Amino acid sequence: MAALINVPAKAKRGDVIEIRTLTSHIMETGFRHTADGKLVPRDIITSFTCRYNGTEIFRADLFPAIAANPYLSFFTVAKESGKFEFEWSGDNGYSSTASASITVE
Amino acid sequence: MPTTRRQFLSLAGGVTAAGTIPIVTLRPLEATPAMLNTAIRNVVGEAQIRTGRVKLDIPPLVENGNTVPMTVSVASPMTATDYVKSIHVFNEKNPQPNIGNFHLSPSSGRAQVSTRIRLADTQKVVAIARLSDDTFWQAMADVVVTLAACTEEMN
Repeated sequence: MAALINVPAKAKRGDVIEIRTLTSHIMETGFRHTADGKLVPRDIITSFTCRYNGTEIFRADLFPAIAANPYLSFFTVAKESGKFEFEWSGDNGYSSTASASITVE
Repeated sequence: MPTTRRQFLSLAGGVTAAGTIPIVTLRPLEATPAMLNTAIRNVVGEAQIRTGRVKLDIPPLVENGNTVPMTVSVASPMTATDYVKSIHVFNEKNPQPNIGNFHLSPSSGRAQVSTRIRLADTQKVVAIARLSDDTFWQAMADVVVTLAACTEEMN
């Protein structure tokens, strides 16, 4: 699935940088009914993880109260050049990944 | 013996009351303040929750509860010995009391998380931070919602 990742391409060592992620997902709550009264089954992303050169730096547990197309913004210290890996997982075996690289001077 | 009007009404009233109660209990579509407390206690345990250090930025008046921007920040130096372990956000009246749990580390640099949430009603939102010394701090905000999320019919 499509994801939008915003990570600065370059940073100074020790800088605190903001990482913003947006992924497309319906985040069906499991509390809605169709017009004929059937419950629409839950289909949400339950977990998000960000790894920086293999080390987990941020993790989130998501619930149906997170809006559709989950947006997350968080911070980290730029320590070394390398790669950020993002992973979303959820109901019905949903899994999606994305990555971004950074140059640290 | 013919049924009197009074007997008939009390009987009909009893049937109606008995008939409606199961429907109400089958659809608890609002988290109650008790559910909010339980959800908070599941995270916090018996620890005391203090007010302060946490800042919860959320609009006080929301037109559309389907997507409400929210930022939680915690005053913390974010060093190896004094940092924020996690941030937990709860609501009072959605069908479920949890909104999200966010796990940080000293390498986060700044204890701040933003996301967009759903609010099913005008209600209270609570953000709780767990610090590295296992103390808990909280902030609350009241949000007025004019168009609710979550429980509307699907088209």
